[in-house]
Amino acid sequence: MSRLETTFARCAAEGRAALVTFVTGGDPSPAATPAILDALVAGGADVIELGMPFTDPMADGPAIQLADIRSLNAGTTTTSLFEIVRDFRTRHADVPVVLMGYANPMVRRGPQWFAEACAEAGVDGVICVDIPPEEDAALGPALRAVGVDLVRLATPTTDAARLPAVLDGCSGFLYYVSVAGITGVQQAAQGSIEQAVAHLKAGTSLPVAVGFGVRTPDQAAKIARVADGVVVGSAIVEVVAAAVAAGHDPAEAVRAIVAPLSAAVRGARQEQAA
Amino acid sequence: MTIANTFRAQPDAQGHFGQFGGRYVAETLMPLILELEKEYRRAQADPAFEAELDWLMKHYVGRPSPLYYAERLTETIRASAEAGHGAKIYLKRDELNHTGAHKINNCIGQILLAVRMGKTRIIAETGAGQHGVATATVAARFGLPCVIYMGARDVERQSPNVFRMKLLGAEVRAVESGSKTLKDAMNEALRDWVANVHDTFYIIGTAAGPHPYPELVRDFQSVIGREAKAQIMEAEGRLPDLLVAAIGGGSNAIGLFHPFLDDADVKMLGIEAAGHGLSTDKHAASLAGGEPGVLHGNRTFLLQDEDGQIAEAHSISAGLDYPGIGPEHSWLHEIGRVQYESATDREALDAFQLLCRTEGIIPALEPSHALAAVARKAREMKADEIIVANLCGRGDKDIFTVAEALGVAI
Repeated sequence: MSRLETTFARCAAEGRAALVTFVTGGDPSPAATPAILDALVAGGADVIELGMPFTDPMADGPAIQLADIRSLNAGTTTTSLFEIVRDFRTRHADVPVVLMGYANPMVRRGPQWFAEACAEAGVDGVICVDIPPEEDAALGPALRAVGVDLVRLATPTTDAARLPAVLDGCSGFLYYVSVAGITGVQQAAQGSIEQAVAHLKAGTSLPVAVGFGVRTPDQAAKIARVADGVVVGSAIVEVVAAAVAAGHDPAEAVRAIVAPLSAAVRGARQEQAA
Repeated sequence: MTIANTFRAQPDAQGHFGQFGGRYVAETLMPLILELEKEYRRAQADPAFEAELDWLMKHYVGRPSPLYYAERLTETIRASAEAGHGAKIYLKRDELNHTGAHKINNCIGQILLAVRMGKTRIIAETGAGQHGVATATVAARFGLPCVIYMGARDVERQSPNVFRMKLLGAEVRAVESGSKTLKDAMNEALRDWVANVHDTFYIIGTAAGPHPYPELVRDFQSVIGREAKAQIMEAEGRLPDLLVAAIGGGSNAIGLFHPFLDDADVKMLGIEAAGHGLSTDKHAASLAGGEPGVLHGNRTFLLQDEDGQIAEAHSISAGLDYPGIGPEHSWLHEIGRVQYESATDREALDAFQLLCRTEGIIPALEPSHALAAVARKAREMKADEIIVANLCGRGDKDIFTVAEALGVAI
């Protein structure tokens, strides 16, 4: 079983959703990232999404745009991102790491190169924002060949006719983008999330994680009652930015925001039962 | 049955021009792109769509634009050429269109599609502001609210066009992210679109972006080449030897070239912006200095580093200041049907002044790059050869930039 499968299965066995946390790799610097990743784990994150910075992140809101710029200005490269993962793997044998980013940095040296580098570094899954199933003749197969999951995105505009194409070749989990929009800005109505998750789960046995616009423990708990995973990104990225700007330790700030999110996700279904 | 060899049958059903093009967009946008393609196919099969487009092109845009024999420019070049040299230069006068550039050809077509699809809000990106002005114009004409994204740096260097857009009722949003130019404006327009998928139509300004945009923009701009073909036959009784056009994203060039692609005797030359020179890092020549990659919905040649981070482009012309190029040009470059060269800021400025003084026409800085190439090619060609160059925009918007570059205070 892959680390993603194992992790979602373990969370399900514990009767709870998984907490998936996103930070931009190399923000504020490649050297600062390992401690931030450790803080995510210490705070209770089950899955780490590591953002690959890109000059043109057209699906991201201001928080992640700025994080990408900070990271690139600090000299983050594709090589340094893989080093960060390799290094993380030596400290955390079981925590899955998913790289999330855009097509161009992923295919720059060829999908084969990227897939092999992922496998070698200990990356468990890849989310590529701008390679839809229609253009996935190379990257998906290359990742599958080396045992790395390709996590696909379903959105409010993915209708029933389109869903099978999205699911075909998707593994690890399915990421439901709960708002038609960019990261970190709007927030979906709970009712629409519940409806969408039910619709998706009718079509797949993969775990369904819900993200985009999830900021507070309260929101996370509500989603955790119906979904297999809750993704929090921009809210954590903003905490990193604020800590750096204030001269504080970003890792400590990250642990402090993740811990209550984790507690909320863990307690969500007990609270509901009680 | 054998199918004749043609360069005009691209893209394929998935929107690929060879290895280029495609639909590299976020999942949220995929259903929209597919719906746009369906609607475009329906429109292509609908005589009423073509009739309305033709009527607007004639009565609103002012087409056909003239094909003008630039006699004084031709004679000036001949004066410094070897005896018997100096090709006859014709200019396709798309700067005479309503709004002063070729951009309106595409905007008319796209807004008709928007109306067919029941969309009630228009967005667009703009570099020099010509596409923004053209979009604001058609939005006003069809009574739809319109938001134009423009890099903050371009807002500064193209202030007359910013004011024009506002006069036309558009909201101009200055984009402060990244390099604050055209690519960043396109990112921001895509962000708007993904958040407003239900009511918004994105009028992309060049023959790039996800399929079907490169195809439909080319089709709407091909009116340039179709007219030029008929006009040169009337004027000279034969096809030209060389077509020349400037390339940013490449919509005016593909519009001129496409109807001639299967005419084997017609050579074609696309001119990229070489900025301070191809040997510097300040240029916008994605074919000469870039490599294939994925940006803004399509696979094409891009200025980028070894990690796939997109480089900032530079050109004195805001309309050419883009690190990519339309995917059909990447394909035509790869198969060798069209040649691509470049012209520097300085060469474009010289050509700009040359046309002002020889023909009494102030060209935009974008086609001034093409004119720079025309001047050097015409000199090497025989006097009985013919060049058709696309004068795709007028230069009123550029006089401040040119004055500054020439050290003149106005």
